[in-house]
Amino acid sequence: MIRGSLDTEPVETAAMHRPFLIAPPPPQRPKYLRVFLTFARNSLVRAMTFRTNFLLECITSLSWVGMNLSFYLLVFQYTKSVGGWGQYQYFVFLATLQLINSIVEALFMPNAEEFSELVRTGELDFALLKPIDTQFLISLAKIDWSSLANFLFAIGLLAFSLFKLNVFPGFAAVLLYPLYIVSGVVILYSLTITLAASTVWLGRNQSIYDFWFYITNFSRYPMEIYRGPIGGALGWLFTFLIPVLVVVNVPARLLAKPLEANQWPLALFALAATVLSFAGSRWLFLRALNGYRSASS
Amino acid sequence: MSSTTSPLTHAVRPDGPLARVRTWWTILRICLEERLVYRGDFMLGTLMRFLPVITQILLWSAIFDANAEASAASGVASDKPVMIAGYLYGDFIAYYLMTMITRAFSSMPGLASLIARSIRDGTIKKYLIQPVDMTGFLLLSRVAHKLVYYLVATIPFAVIFYLCRGYFLSGWPDPLTFLAFLASLAMSFLLGFFLDATIGMIGFWFLEISSLMFIYMLMSFFLSGQMFPLDMLDKFHLVGSVTWGDVVRATPVQYLAYFPAAVFLGKIQDTRLAWGLAMQLGWLLFFVWLCRSAFRRGVRRYSAFGG
Repeated sequence: MIRGSLDTEPVETAAMHRPFLIAPPPPQRPKYLRVFLTFARNSLVRAMTFRTNFLLECITSLSWVGMNLSFYLLVFQYTKSVGGWGQYQYFVFLATLQLINSIVEALFMPNAEEFSELVRTGELDFALLKPIDTQFLISLAKIDWSSLANFLFAIGLLAFSLFKLNVFPGFAAVLLYPLYIVSGVVILYSLTITLAASTVWLGRNQSIYDFWFYITNFSRYPMEIYRGPIGGALGWLFTFLIPVLVVVNVPARLLAKPLEANQWPLALFALAATVLSFAGSRWLFLRALNGYRSASS
Repeated sequence: MSSTTSPLTHAVRPDGPLARVRTWWTILRICLEERLVYRGDFMLGTLMRFLPVITQILLWSAIFDANAEASAASGVASDKPVMIAGYLYGDFIAYYLMTMITRAFSSMPGLASLIARSIRDGTIKKYLIQPVDMTGFLLLSRVAHKLVYYLVATIPFAVIFYLCRGYFLSGWPDPLTFLAFLASLAMSFLLGFFLDATIGMIGFWFLEISSLMFIYMLMSFFLSGQMFPLDMLDKFHLVGSVTWGDVVRATPVQYLAYFPAAVFLGKIQDTRLAWGLAMQLGWLLFFVWLCRSAFRRGVRRYSAFGG
């Protein structure tokens, strides 16, 4: 029923769904920021309706982080460094990882989980009919506020580790760190959208979300541990083909190892990778929407 | 028509032992077929489960190298290879690979939540009105699940273990140790099942047990030894010579990953091995009893509304 009208961007074709209007009104550009703020407010209202549940969710996600941290606390009882990262340098790395993950989990994960369900049931039709960019709508409709707990915890851990390292970030670091956090979030988001697009083609999706987890698992370690024939090949693959390794490594290095001179090529590459993966995933997603056939009628 | 010619009387008596075996066989076959529907998904899932092992290998290789460098830099020339908590580098990797096997036996994804949900939404009635024991039915369906899993997973497991055979420094264990390993593996499957089922039975008393289940999952993840060998905790003393490692090894969750793996690698021998197996059997019997009595008591207080 919708196929055919989606050969271009759904936003621009929204007016075509009203054949009964002789002269369609000029398409109004949706106010994305206001829509996003409304999504955020609605999600907050929903979260605050079940406050105990919200609190439990915060505790749940915090305990995962705590467990991961205890593992590394244990590891550093047996070694002074991992791949050239001392204990508090490594904790800067973990804090950065948590910071990026908490943003991705807050903004995109609840929606990504729902997307495959929308495709399966055919409810994606309703998203396509709305006069707003479909990717925007399905990426941000729900926001998980309980990830805020992890976010705050990560900031605390970061501040504590920097204090222990006796590092006061310079002007450039203060400016660049948030930029690279955003860039990391965008790379992970692009991966999510790519996998979401593949659900349109493949239907069943359970292994695909496992896949997301297993790929991002490679971003959880410093680049230095990828050595040897297999490690080196994996390091190359996850830096240049699926650039998840730069997600945490670049910003964490900025703060934890500011004196290393050879990080600039990688930092520049990270920006290029961000732009490319976002553009690529957007292209794939629109292609996938083109191939979408509704579930019924 | 007299009742003696009725086909029913020629059938096996519904309460005889043969009938019971036949029922179980049917249940097992149904579950097997159900499982094989998603075999492609299964195979992919199994292969991907090894991806985190690769990063674990790389991580521990970096840690061991850092320690070797540190001891070389300290000037103490020693031929002794670096050890962490009594494990050589190869031992560490072999340990992680072995926990993959033990977890393949002891993990019961979704069992507790399935039981709790069927209590909450009332679908548990289907077990209560049929002459089928619910715990037995679920156990058989898990056996079927695991059988299919091993069937599909043998190939990826064999490939990975063949590639990693160099990490098993002492090769195959002697036959007796191997037998003990198999016994503890079989018990870890049953223990995993009855532990999870018992947690699910709590649903008879509390409607929502997801946070409880989460605590259990967290504990079994961290303390079963699948994240690290529990011997690493022996560095920390609780009181006197009692270490945190001893405390964790007194819990039943260590049998879900650590114990069988450590037995295979020859870390637990002689009296400690016998004692460990006996303890595992003890925990298993305890949880069988706890699960059964929780079910009996739970059903007595269970009430369903609506239709």
